[in-house]
Amino acid sequence: MSLKEIFAQLNIFTQCGKYGVSLWQCPQFLFLIMGVVIIGSTLAAYAIGSRYIEEPQIVALIVLVVTAVLFMVAASITRSFERLAEANRMKSEFVSVVSHQLRSPLSNFRWAIELLMSGRIGQIEEKQLEYFKILKENSNRMKELVSDLLTVSRIETAELPTKKEECHLEDIIKDFIKEFQPFATASNVEIAFKPQLNLPKVLVDASQIKLVIENLLDNAIRYIKEPGKVEIRLERQNEQLYFEIKDTGVGIPKDDQKYIFQKFFRSENIMRHQTQGTGLGLYIARAIIEKLGGKIGFKSQEGKGSTFYFTLPIK
Amino acid sequence: MPKTILFIEDESALQKTFGEIFKQEGYEMISALDGEIGLRSAKTKKPDLILLDLILPKINGFDVLKQLKEDPDTKEIPVIVLTNLEGMQDIEKVIGLGATTYLIKANYSLVEVMEKIKKALGE
Repeated sequence: MSLKEIFAQLNIFTQCGKYGVSLWQCPQFLFLIMGVVIIGSTLAAYAIGSRYIEEPQIVALIVLVVTAVLFMVAASITRSFERLAEANRMKSEFVSVVSHQLRSPLSNFRWAIELLMSGRIGQIEEKQLEYFKILKENSNRMKELVSDLLTVSRIETAELPTKKEECHLEDIIKDFIKEFQPFATASNVEIAFKPQLNLPKVLVDASQIKLVIENLLDNAIRYIKEPGKVEIRLERQNEQLYFEIKDTGVGIPKDDQKYIFQKFFRSENIMRHQTQGTGLGLYIARAIIEKLGGKIGFKSQEGKGSTFYFTLPIK
Repeated sequence: MPKTILFIEDESALQKTFGEIFKQEGYEMISALDGEIGLRSAKTKKPDLILLDLILPKINGFDVLKQLKEDPDTKEIPVIVLTNLEGMQDIEKVIGLGATTYLIKANYSLVEVMEKIKKALGE
C-alpha cells in the first residue's frame, strides 16, 4: 500500500462518503470516536485513581489492557463492516453496469418495433398489431425497470449527482397533471390540484424532484380501481413547502405499511390488482427527498385510499 | 440532391433501422461502424448532418466530436449525439465540444429522433 493510499484510507470523510451512509453509521468514524473515548477513559481512570488509590499506575494499566483488548475487537468488527460495505458497493456497481449494458439492445428492440408498427416497411394486420402492442408495452416496462435500477444503484453508491436550482414546484406538478390526464381519464380518475397562492421557490434538483412527483402521481392513479379522485395540495408550512397527494385507491394493508419504502417491496393487495411496477418508485422517492433535506411519509387505510406527503426546505 | 446523414454507430441493428427510416424520409445515409471510419467519411463526403454515438470502437465519440470541430472542413457540420450515456458530466462535455443536440437513446422514440434531425437540418 503506497503512502498516498494510506492517507486516502485515513481520510474518514471520503471513505464514509463512498459508502453513502451518514457519519454516525460509518464504521471508520465510529472507530475514531471509540479511540477518543478510550484515551479519555484511560486518562480519567488515572486522574481518579491518583486521588484515591495508592498505586494509580496499576489501575491505569488494567484499564489500558482491557481497552486495548476492546480496541482490537472493535478493529476487527470495523474491518468486517468495511468488507461488507465494499461487497455491497460492488453489487450496486454490478447492477449499474448490467443495466447500462441492457440499454443498448433495448433501444434497438424498441425502435425496431416502432418501425414495424408504423407500417413503413409493409402493412400489418389487425391481429399482428395486437401482438406488436404487447411487445411495445413490455419493452417500455423493461426500459422503466432498467432506468429505475440505474437510479437505485446510483443512490446506493452515493453517485446520484444533485444539481440544485430554484424551481416552482407548482409548475412541475401542473405539467405532470397535463401529461397524466389521458391515463387518468382512461382510469376514470379525476385530478384536482389546489396550490396555495404566491408559493416560494425551492432549491432542488429538478430532474430528481420530477421523478418523485411522477412516481407518486402514477401510483395514486394506478391503484384506483373504481371511478375515483386524486387530490394534490401544495402549501407553505413555516420554512417548508408541503406537498400532499391523496387518492381514493386500494390503500396499503396495515401489515405492509412498514415495508412500503423498501426496495422491491410490493404490497400484497396491489399484486392482486396490478402486476406491473417494479417496487422501486417509493424507495427512490424517499432517497431523493431525504437527500434534498426533506421528509416523506404517508397515511393509508386499506380499501379507503392513501395520502402521501413530503416536505422540502425553502431556501 | 437528397441531403446526406453520416451515422457513426457500432450497432449494426441501429444502422439498419435508421437506414430504413432515412431512405423513406428521402435522405441518403452514410454508415460508419467505428470512430475512425466516421472521421474519414466526414472529411471526404461532407455530410449535411452527423449522428454520433459516444461509445465507439477505435476512436470514441468524444474524440471524434473534438476532431470534427477542430477540422475546418467539418466544423460547420451539425452533430447530434445519440447515446445511452446520461451522466451530467458527459452531457456538459459534449455540448462544450460543440454538439448541436444531445439525445439519450432510452428517452426518445424514432419519430422524435427524426424530428430533432429535421430541426438540425433546418427543415
